[in-house]
Amino acid sequence: MTDTLTPVLTAQWDQPDAFTLAGYRRAGGYQGLPKALSMGPDAVIAAVKESGLRGRGGAGFPTGMKWSFIPQGDGKPHYLTVNADESEPGTCKDVPLMMANPHALIEGAIITSFAIRAGHAFIYVRGEVLHVIRRLQAAVAEAYEAGYLGTDILGSGYGLELVVHAGAGAYICGEETALLTSLEGYRGLPRNRPPFPAVEGLYASPTVINNTETIASVPSIIANGAQWFSGLGTEKSKGYGIFSLSGHVANPGQFEAPLGITLRELLDLAGGVRAGHRLKFWTPGGSSTPILTDAHLDVPLDFEGVAGARSMLGTRALQIFDETTCAVRAALRWTEFYQHESCGKCTPCREGTYWMVRVLERLEHGEGSEDDLEKLLDICDNIVGRAFCALGDGAAAPVQSTIQFFRDEFLQHQKEGGCPFDPAASTLWANGAR
Amino acid sequence: MPFSDEALARLEADAAEIIGRYPRPRSALLPLLHLVQAEEGFVSTDGIRFCAGRLGLTETEVTGVASFYTMYRRRPGGEYNVGVCTNTLCAVMGGDQLLAELSEYLGVEEEQTTEDGKITLEHVECNAACDYAPVVMVNWEFFDNMTPDSARRLADDLRAGNNVVPSRGPRRLCTFREASRILAGFPDGQAGDGPAAGEASLLGLRIAHERGWKAPEPPAEPVGSGQQDGAR
Repeated sequence: MTDTLTPVLTAQWDQPDAFTLAGYRRAGGYQGLPKALSMGPDAVIAAVKESGLRGRGGAGFPTGMKWSFIPQGDGKPHYLTVNADESEPGTCKDVPLMMANPHALIEGAIITSFAIRAGHAFIYVRGEVLHVIRRLQAAVAEAYEAGYLGTDILGSGYGLELVVHAGAGAYICGEETALLTSLEGYRGLPRNRPPFPAVEGLYASPTVINNTETIASVPSIIANGAQWFSGLGTEKSKGYGIFSLSGHVANPGQFEAPLGITLRELLDLAGGVRAGHRLKFWTPGGSSTPILTDAHLDVPLDFEGVAGARSMLGTRALQIFDETTCAVRAALRWTEFYQHESCGKCTPCREGTYWMVRVLERLEHGEGSEDDLEKLLDICDNIVGRAFCALGDGAAAPVQSTIQFFRDEFLQHQKEGGCPFDPAASTLWANGAR
Repeated sequence: MPFSDEALARLEADAAEIIGRYPRPRSALLPLLHLVQAEEGFVSTDGIRFCAGRLGLTETEVTGVASFYTMYRRRPGGEYNVGVCTNTLCAVMGGDQLLAELSEYLGVEEEQTTEDGKITLEHVECNAACDYAPVVMVNWEFFDNMTPDSARRLADDLRAGNNVVPSRGPRRLCTFREASRILAGFPDGQAGDGPAAGEASLLGLRIAHERGWKAPEPPAEPVGSGQQDGAR
């Protein structure tokens, strides 16, 4: 029987020097790398395939399969790009991971680059997390010093350059093709697929893009074996992942557990919803995943389980809202975010998010009508599936799901001529010292 | 004001180092914009001209990129960028109130700078610290679990020139220009400061320790790790 929590990536975070090379090595770090180098690239890809690892950035695509799409012997340079642009509202796992354990990411990046035969790798980290960037820069410098990066890594003949690249503030750059466009020095606009990045990615060369946590999980798979990893989790969602609880819980925080844990179990560990209140709604994996309610406490938090509840596992960003929270206000604020972050390339997303904000503002201020709800759903229908990237689909998720679960609350605003909720009751200092 | 000869020589050396990191020069544009922002505190027309010159681009091309990203200031600002997260979760947890009260206390609207040139106030989107909500970012350092009173004290200290220590960050807070230089890829040597992780980040680990929970031990001889491969 597997334990409820299974710290792997988080296991050493309580060591004061966890982020240093010495701290990482003491915890058994850099043991996967020499093993990978001796296995050879194809065997590394086979092991990751066998492990069942699926992308931890939200979409859940099988990682080993993605790597195997990289053409071999094509004469072109290959690239690895780590997506460390963590910006999905509610998502807060990669940032503490890179702050406390940057070497797991770096070791994973080296192993991955070796497997896909890349000579150049990039960590595209969002710019708004300065101390995380410091830790990455220092860890990369240590890895060069130790001979884990540069030419002839550990005498293998394999060489890799790894660059920490700081973004400059744009949610859209977390979308893989927009990230590549940004890394090439342009406005971060997404590209149409196909061609997929595995064929034409960075500089139109074969490129693997994986989320930070995905890449950081690779060393454990190589060091401990594919079956060790696939022994955790559920039938189609293998392994462990970091679950982030935030908002109206007694003790917010990070929990590393096998995929398939439930919110009921996690809430129990977090001390429950804050005292005297009850769960109203929550996101399973960031604001782009449709909200769920207290009817979904026992949904297994794996890819299939959450999809079965008509949402998505996403980034396991569990934002908890209690009954003091106005659902219309929440939907409006998320929609304002998507409007601000829409890159403007695709008309349905650019115009749709703009108009949804207008309609939601009207509703929140008690000036809307039931027709507005149909209007919102109609706009959503015109966005979903009609834009180059997933930002538009993400923008529709909170609106559609909020109307689904809280239609009456929208109408109550209209009846009362304004928002019936007191925002002060939702704050961190609602019951005490400010 | 155009760069002095001394500044230009320094910037050119830094730019050469940045461009050298990338397989293709244009990839250096974002860090170069951070670099000129570190020099002047914002991205000026001179800064844009400098980047364009280094990369063989037009000023229009560089302006088009700079205007896309929110971290590049288009006009001079304060020594400290105070960003209150008002994305949904932080807003609900009190971020909206923090921003409103700070705005009133400092006498500035969003994106305005206090008269002493110390603080530019703005709202920020989700900064990946939701378990510490509500969060305030000062020059992109974390100030966790803020309250109206602690936010006010923070503003006072910044304006008085007192050193303030981020919740998870260095012992000395960087100025906006210093922070931009780190983003350009020139470390300041403070990576070792601060905790490895904050308390909320450690919650699950601490519970696992208390209850004796851990990840399964790996098998003595790992199986299925693909050693049978011979297809190279």
